[in-house]
This record gives sequence, structure tokens and C-alpha cells, in this order.
Amino acid sequence: MALTKTHYEFKPYNVARWVIWSLFALLLVVSPMVFTSNLSVTMLTQMGIAMIACLSYNMLLGQGGMLSFGHAVYTGLGAYIAMHALNAASSGGLNIPVTLVPLVGGLGGMFFAVLFGYVTTRKSGTTFAMITMGVGELVFAMSLMFSEFFGGEAGVSGNRVMGQAFMGITYGPPVQVYYLTAAYTLVCVALMYAFTRTPLGRILNAVRDNPERVEFIGYNTQHVRYLSFIIAGFFAGIAGGLASVNFEIVTAEVVGAGRSGAYLLFTFLGGATFFFGPLIGAVLMVLAFVLLSEFTKAWLLYLGLVFLFMVMFAPGGIASLIMMNLRLAAFGRLRQMWVAYVGLAVTALIALAGAAAMIEMVYHLQLNAALGPELKFAGVHLNADSLNSWFGSAFVMLTGLGLFELARRQYVHDWDETQVFIEKEIKRREAL
Amino acid sequence: MIALELKDVRKNFGKTEIIRGVNLAVQSGERVGIIGPNGAGKSTLFNLISGRLEPSSGEIWLGDNRIDHKKPFEINRLGLSRSFQITNIFPKLSVFENLRCAVLWKLGYKYTFFKFLADLDDANDAADKLMHEIRLDKKRDVLAMNLTYAEQRALEIGITIAGGANVILLDEPTAGMSKSETKRFIQLIREVTEGKTLLTVEHDMGVVFGLADKIAVVVYGEVIAFDTPEAVRANAKVQEAYLGSAVAESQAHG
Repeated sequence: MALTKTHYEFKPYNVARWVIWSLFALLLVVSPMVFTSNLSVTMLTQMGIAMIACLSYNMLLGQGGMLSFGHAVYTGLGAYIAMHALNAASSGGLNIPVTLVPLVGGLGGMFFAVLFGYVTTRKSGTTFAMITMGVGELVFAMSLMFSEFFGGEAGVSGNRVMGQAFMGITYGPPVQVYYLTAAYTLVCVALMYAFTRTPLGRILNAVRDNPERVEFIGYNTQHVRYLSFIIAGFFAGIAGGLASVNFEIVTAEVVGAGRSGAYLLFTFLGGATFFFGPLIGAVLMVLAFVLLSEFTKAWLLYLGLVFLFMVMFAPGGIASLIMMNLRLAAFGRLRQMWVAYVGLAVTALIALAGAAAMIEMVYHLQLNAALGPELKFAGVHLNADSLNSWFGSAFVMLTGLGLFELARRQYVHDWDETQVFIEKEIKRREAL
Repeated sequence: MIALELKDVRKNFGKTEIIRGVNLAVQSGERVGIIGPNGAGKSTLFNLISGRLEPSSGEIWLGDNRIDHKKPFEINRLGLSRSFQITNIFPKLSVFENLRCAVLWKLGYKYTFFKFLADLDDANDAADKLMHEIRLDKKRDVLAMNLTYAEQRALEIGITIAGGANVILLDEPTAGMSKSETKRFIQLIREVTEGKTLLTVEHDMGVVFGLADKIAVVVYGEVIAFDTPEAVRANAKVQEAYLGSAVAESQAHG
């Protein structure tokens, strides 16, 4: 069966585009008015920063087919450059307003992308991935060696409240930093979207699909990759610069492999095949790093599991799931599916609850053994030393898994049915 | 005027000599069919000309430019384009995007990222025109990976001719097609390569003798004959080396 499209497309295209961009801008403006606490405002700021970083990463991964393991090099070095610029500005050595500091970070990121990208983009595929990893390790090793620039273990700190306040904007209150970030986010997202609609952006897609063929239509694939890499480095640097202004401190971990891995993981989770996928990924990234890490010590384990299942069952990420269901909705078939979805969700939650109880008990035994075997998980008292707790958790998990399998079969059946219906419907409409 | 010339071109893979001194001069506007048994080096010859491989020795000239040891994209910019035996398109781009990508360099847009594709009227018109020529206008927004095999072959030809190259190399354009598809496809190739220099590797004898002005016979890495179809048919060396086996076979069956 030849599916012509697996996802939904907006029509008429231009109207939908204006509506979506206006909504996005509105969302950026309104968010801090809805979520007013200090924690939420700083989280919103981080989300904006992560959006720019993940989108710039996806320029390589989703649009260029370049799996980079070292994107944090460009966000991180951009952050350092921006921090030094901020410090130079506050000591009077450099005359730039704080508003433009992220742009300096962008130029910094771009500079290093010009430098390192020349080496990394000479090759594609596995070799590219290896070289980016090597460059990442190299830069991280250097960050511990050159403490004048990287500030050693303590990092480099600065103060964003400096110079003349312009129209009352001092960047003292976090909400002002949020609006600075939001403005940069809107402009950068728009620019990166625009990039996908230019000749270079399209040829980059062609290079992703079939680099050899591109060479036979007159383009130098190395050059296409290199230019795109530089542009991605610029936006990555802006994200780094915004982070400097937000946190007022930069430490060596921002260029580390962990950060690079996070960009990869969350860009993928959000969905690398659609432009807006990384935006979802960025929101999830901040939620996971700030909230999930508070909630449980085993958060990285849960994150790994989610990533694993996503790669196995929905390689297009959350964005592709959304678009597939929008397509169903467009044909009026989403209603038939929602029972199956609820079934999947409930059974998955049961299985997760059982598994999570056991994971939490293991973590408790390993980390908090001194506090005794008692722990509280989701309102239930568990005893990590008692067979009852283990047996109960395992029972819940297995029951959940069994029910999930049943729900899954029903779901697959329903899904296939709707797809067949949609195919027929498309044929029917074509025949009209 | 000579459009493409090979002077004593040789290619070794390790100690094995695959191309053993090929000399060939193709006049501008000629249609040349290249035939030969399996493993004779026909595809290797195309790879050498188009820059996919570098010759071990010898010279290749495209008009006044020497093109051996140049990169594929440099050769393409000088006006030589090729298709592939195994379909080589951009699977996750639509038919229209495939063709638009292929016209961009020729129209001078190069690596620009300060213009929107939607505003490039000449590129869009060229891609549209091409899409009609290869009869894929009804499949405009279908991803290339979802086309039928014959449609993918047509798209392959479309991408090849899109850049407006004067010298076109087609590597077994009808490979894997049914008889009726082949017939229609040959007609299509005739139309879209009108007035251009065409070299095509082909297994189907009927196709070669119908399409080509001249035929080059490649056997064991050498061109043993290069002449009009009638002369090649009558050539004793060719009959012995290439057609001989087919004749013997048909007699055995007859």
C-alpha cells in the first residue's frame, strides 16, 4: 500500500502559517503573565534558550542528516565569549549594551563553527559523528587547561545589571531577561524557519537524502555542509549568549559531552523530521532537567527509557505523532481512536507504576540505606527489604504489561482500519 | 566539433586492469550507444567520464576542458550530466523539489540563503516545465520514494537533464522495465535529449539500434568498434566477440 502522505498538511497554507506564527508570538508574550512565580519565569527563559539551541541542532540532524555529538561546543563557547563580552562591557573595556551580548555569543559560536566545522564537515555520516565527538572531547579537555579563558572549576561569572538603564530596562528582574530571551527566540525561530525555504536549505535536504547525487547536479556537498554548520553554529552561540545573561555564570560543563547528548536526545524526542519538533523537545528538556530531577533521583534512567521506546516505536518523535493524529482528525477518524489511546495510556501507567516502584526501591537501597528500608512512593509506603513490596510492585507491573499488550493489539487493529479508510477516501476524492 | 574525447584512458583496480586504453571521440549532437557484455567496463567508463572515479592514466576532454581528475560537481558545471543504473534520486523530497534542486545551480542560485525558493520564478517555472516533459505533473507533491519504479526512472532522467548540460550520459535508463514501458521511455528520452550529445549504456539491442546514430562496442576494457549501427552489425570482430555468442545461442535454440 503506497501511502502518499503519513501526516496532515495545513490548507490553505498561508493563512495557517500566519495564524500559527501569531499564536507562537502571543504565547511568548503571555506565558510569564500566566506563570508568574520566579521558578516558572526562569524555566520559561530556559525553554526559550533551549528552543534556539535544539532548532540549531536540528539544522544539522533533521535537515542535513548530520548526527553531531558535539553541539554543546558551539553553544558553550558562545556562552563563554558572551560572558567575557559582558565582563568587558561592565569594566568599561567594551561599549555594548546587555541586549546585544547574546549576539556576541552568536558571533563567537559562528567563529568556532568556521574553525572546527572546516574539519568536521569534510566527511558525512559515521565519520562526521566521530569527528564531532572528538572535537567535543578536545574542547572539554582544553576547558580544564586554559583557566584564563574558561575560569577553571569555578567557571566565569559576571553581572548583567550594568551600564545605563534604557527605558527602565536594567535586566535585574528575571522577567526582563525572559522578554529579552523571548524576543531573541521569536526572531531566531523565524530566521531558522526561513532558512528551510531557501536554496541552501533545500540543497541541504538533498545532501541529507543522497549526497552522491548532489555532486552530480553541480553542488559541492562539503561546501553545503560547511555553510549550514556555520549557520547552525551562529544560532547555537546565540543560545549560549542568552544562557550567560540568564545564569550570570558559565562553567566547563556547558561544552561537555553531557550537554551535547541532551541536545541530541531532546531534539530527537521532539521530532527531527518536522521543523517544530525541536521546540517540543526544548520544552521537555527544561521540564526534565528542572522538575523531573527534583521529583526523583532516577530521572536519567526514566529519560533513557523514554528515549529508547521513542527510537524503537516512534522514530519521528512527538511531532510526527501529533501530525499523524492531525491527519486522522482531518478525516474525522480521531474519535474512533481515542478509546484505544485511553486504553494504551492507562495500561502503560499501571505498568510504569509497578516498574517505577521497583526502580525507586533499588535507588533507595543504594543511596539512602542509612535512612532505613522504608520509603514513600506516589503516596504508598514501601519497604525495600520486604518481599511483599517487591512482589506487589512486580505484580502491578506484569498486570500492566499484560493489559498493555491487549490494548496495543486493539490499537494496532483500529489504526490499520482507519488508515485503510483514509486511503480509500483519498482515492475516492481523487476520482471525483 | 568534438564534444567529448577520451585519449588512451586506463583504469586499474589494484593489479586488475579494467579499462585498457580507450580512445573515443564523440561529435557534438551525436547519439552514441555503448554496448558490450557484462563486466566489459561500460559503467566504469561512465564513472571515469563523470568524475565518480579517477582514471589511472590518459586524458578526458569535454570540449576545450580537460576533465579527468576533476570533481563530479566541477564536471557537471562544465556541462556534463549523468544518470545512474540504480535509481539515484532524493527519496524524501517531492517530485517537484527533486527537479527544483537540480535546476538551482544552472540558474545561478548557488549556495544562497538570502532568497526564498518560492520567489524564484525561473527555477519554479523550469521545474514545472520539466515535470510536464517527463509526465510526472500529476505527481507533483508525491515524495520520490513513493513513486512507482518507472516513475522513479523518469525522475532520474529529469534530474539528469534539468541542469541543461549539453553532454548527457545515461547508464541503462531502461533497466528493469517491461517491454511496453521501455518503448514509451525511449520515446521520452528522444524528446528530452533533442539536440544534445547523448551517450547511453544499454543491454537491449533493439533499443540501441533504434536510438543511436553510432555504436561503441566495449569488450574487456577496450573499444573494439565505433561506427554506425549497420557497420557495427557487419563488423567481424564484433560478431566474434560479442554478438557471436548470442548468434550461437539462438542457433542452438533454433
